[in-house]
Amino acid sequence: MTTDEGSPPRVVVRLNGVRKEYGGDARALDGVSLEIRAGEAVAVMGPSGCGKSTLLNMVAGLDRPTSGTIEVRDQDLGKLNETGLALYRRHHIGMIFQFFNLIDDLSALDNVVLAAQLTGSSAKQARRRALELLDELGIADRKNMYPAALSGGERQRVAVARALMNRPALLLADEPTGALDSRSGEQVMDLLIDLNQIGQTLLIVTHDPHLATRCASRLIEFADGRIARESSLERTA
Amino acid sequence: MFVALRDIRFARGRFALMGAVVTLITMLVAFLYGLTGGLAADASSAVARLPAASIVFGSPQGTALEVSFSNSSIGPAQLTAWQSAPGIGTVAPLGIAMSRLTSQDTAASVSVLGTGAALLPPLVSGRAPAEGQVAVGAKTARADRITVGSRVTVGAQTLTVSGITADRSYGHAASVWTTEPTWQRVSGATAPSALAVQPGSADTAALDRARNTRTVSRGGALAGIDGYSAEQSSLRMIQGFLFVVSALVVGAFFTVWTVQRGTDIAVLKAVGASSGYLVRDALAQALVLLLGGTLTGAAVGVAGGALLSGGGLPFALSGATVAVPVLAMVALGLAGAGLAVRRITSVDPLTALGASR
Repeated sequence: MTTDEGSPPRVVVRLNGVRKEYGGDARALDGVSLEIRAGEAVAVMGPSGCGKSTLLNMVAGLDRPTSGTIEVRDQDLGKLNETGLALYRRHHIGMIFQFFNLIDDLSALDNVVLAAQLTGSSAKQARRRALELLDELGIADRKNMYPAALSGGERQRVAVARALMNRPALLLADEPTGALDSRSGEQVMDLLIDLNQIGQTLLIVTHDPHLATRCASRLIEFADGRIARESSLERTA
Repeated sequence: MFVALRDIRFARGRFALMGAVVTLITMLVAFLYGLTGGLAADASSAVARLPAASIVFGSPQGTALEVSFSNSSIGPAQLTAWQSAPGIGTVAPLGIAMSRLTSQDTAASVSVLGTGAALLPPLVSGRAPAEGQVAVGAKTARADRITVGSRVTVGAQTLTVSGITADRSYGHAASVWTTEPTWQRVSGATAPSALAVQPGSADTAALDRARNTRTVSRGGALAGIDGYSAEQSSLRMIQGFLFVVSALVVGAFFTVWTVQRGTDIAVLKAVGASSGYLVRDALAQALVLLLGGTLTGAAVGVAGGALLSGGGLPFALSGATVAVPVLAMVALGLAGAGLAVRRITSVDPLTALGASR
């Protein structure tokens, strides 16, 4: 399995004084500064409403900060318009959602090919890479099934394949095991560990301490929109 | 087109249903176009295909001028003035009246046109009528078993058939052609209804002012056929309503479809699809649906119309004329779909993550 083959800058993600307010005094993020380096697996934990999902949305270019800057691979997201952000997500970001968010009208294979189609890759190349990914993720035999016919674990694998299709610099995961049974959850965790071990940079938002300690090399704990604590982790088996 | 075509394949039942609706509306529009064309020809071909550029209407001194073959009358002074006008090309008196043709044991309503041989439709057989003679259309000749030399009664006059012409009709009655003096005897009129003119370099406006006449183009003269304008405008209004209905139906379908796909659109945006890409994809989907539906509908409409016209229904539709309603249906359907899918641009990709602002 391959990740970004270029020479990524040492710092992949840099947040500087990021603040997000939703009117009044409600602050989802309150002056957050952090860096994520290439090849790191960072888990963000905290209670509901602490701002961890807002952080993920900001880095994904799905939301904009009220103040502060977010740079991903030296690209200031604040300077990009909506189309620019779409291109940024297309080329630099892979996303895994809690509820998979596959397109129901597309087969497993087409869900994966879709990501390459957006970049203008040839249909032949896209199909070849999608089949490689599905094979590596152990679901090649399910390629013609529609999402409704797949198990939760299989759907999440398809979602991972889609996220990896364009060799993203950064893989974002929002509660990636939150909707899975424990066995499927363990399989997805193994997958994330494997990806990180071959150099894929990960940012995982989760409530699950087991996921964080298994998959992440660094843990950031959020409280009230701020970083409450940061620690390095030894991965557990 | 990547998502568009796969959507159609996945939701083939919904798209087939919608395609069937577009097909049926197009069939109806194509059929109406054919009927409009057929009725127009049935009401006016005798005038519309005259070898004359303009028609001159007149009225007796002191009465109001109007473009109407029924109410128009060209007096001798007007006729002489037009025929002797400097620079005028050709001027032929034209009498038009409705009558009844009886032959052996059959009778039919006919339009009787009295004029010179120059305005006669192409002859299939025989020759142009002289005094006391008449030329009938091929269809009438077949239906009433009339041949050259047959004796027929037109109105109260018994005439000899001098020739068989190409089919023309006026006021939904087959046309028969005779000389202007014979026409006067048949119709009881004392002057021709109008003049068929090639104006040449004559100042027709000055002639109109001086001689209380009104010159209109041959196409404009069709409004002078009783009921022609009302009939055509009624049919065109129905066509217009069908176009609007089509645009609304397609727009409504794509509105519901876009709303149903809201989450998918958000996901597509979250993984990097731009609004432009998604709008283009949705419009391509609408185009596939519209082209499939309209081409099928037009083909069925043309074929059905051809079958019906064999049974005597006035129907005229060619590949070229059916292109107009097909293109209009596609353009209006795309406009409806365009209005519906513009909501794609306002879908927030953040909703893909289940977040709310």
